[in-house]
Amino acid sequence: MFLRRLDPMVPFGQLRSEISRLLDVFDPFTDGGTPMRTGRFPALNVWEDGQSVYAEAELPGVSHDDLHVSVVGNELTIKGSRRPMESKGVSYHRQERQAGEFTRVLTLPVDVDADNVQASLKDGVLQIKMPKSHAARPKKIDVKVG
Amino acid sequence: MSAQTDIQNQDAKQHAEVTRAERTRDARTYVPDVDIVEQGDGLLLVADMPGVRADHVDIQYEQGMLTIQGRVPARQTDIGPDQYLLREYGVGDFYRSFRVGEGVDIDKIKAELKNGVMTLHLPKAEALKPRKISVKTT
Repeated sequence: MFLRRLDPMVPFGQLRSEISRLLDVFDPFTDGGTPMRTGRFPALNVWEDGQSVYAEAELPGVSHDDLHVSVVGNELTIKGSRRPMESKGVSYHRQERQAGEFTRVLTLPVDVDADNVQASLKDGVLQIKMPKSHAARPKKIDVKVG
Repeated sequence: MSAQTDIQNQDAKQHAEVTRAERTRDARTYVPDVDIVEQGDGLLLVADMPGVRADHVDIQYEQGMLTIQGRVPARQTDIGPDQYLLREYGVGDFYRSFRVGEGVDIDKIKAELKNGVMTLHLPKAEALKPRKISVKTT
């Protein structure tokens, strides 16, 4: 998935299709499948500030050993598996939680410094902080008065 | 009178906000995904509630209704909308309510919370456990 910033100068018509694209992404159920089947497990939120790009994912029930996070250049990969419930001799009244393997790959709009990425997993929430590479950070440029 | 517990989901909407009862806290509320499994001695309910810790869970069982609530400490609160590159979920509390019938042994309900998943054991009251009845031949 390629992420790009919304351009504030874009004309209204294009902005409307951008909004509906974002809404479709927000509601994976319109694809007619659960998030895991449509390739959107885990659900991701990604944001940035001047210094870093941040990603957060909700992956309840995924343990530390079953999760792999890697960064190459401007590409973030989150990969892992969620174990199914033990189901010997039981009958299901309801089964909404998906199990199995998942992979999400995001192309970020900037290069990040892979050596300094921090990730932590707590209470089923994965938080990733990716400092922008030096060249990608905003720099103040002095304008000389001539 | 059926010995089986009868599950109906009170809140059928998957991703709607819950408006049934007014909450005192002004926070978004989501419906957690659950698995409900019937085992010989009772029900097992497993709910996805990422971000929730054991001391933030509230479980009520009253007159055949089971209600689970998970309070989620706020995250991503100081981020402006123009900072987001991707936004696939919202952060909020979890709430779901089920009609499980009267056959649950309240004193033996057990709950565990690990990695944002709550597992709830709802043992059947003794009187309702399946019993093999032997038939005498005459």
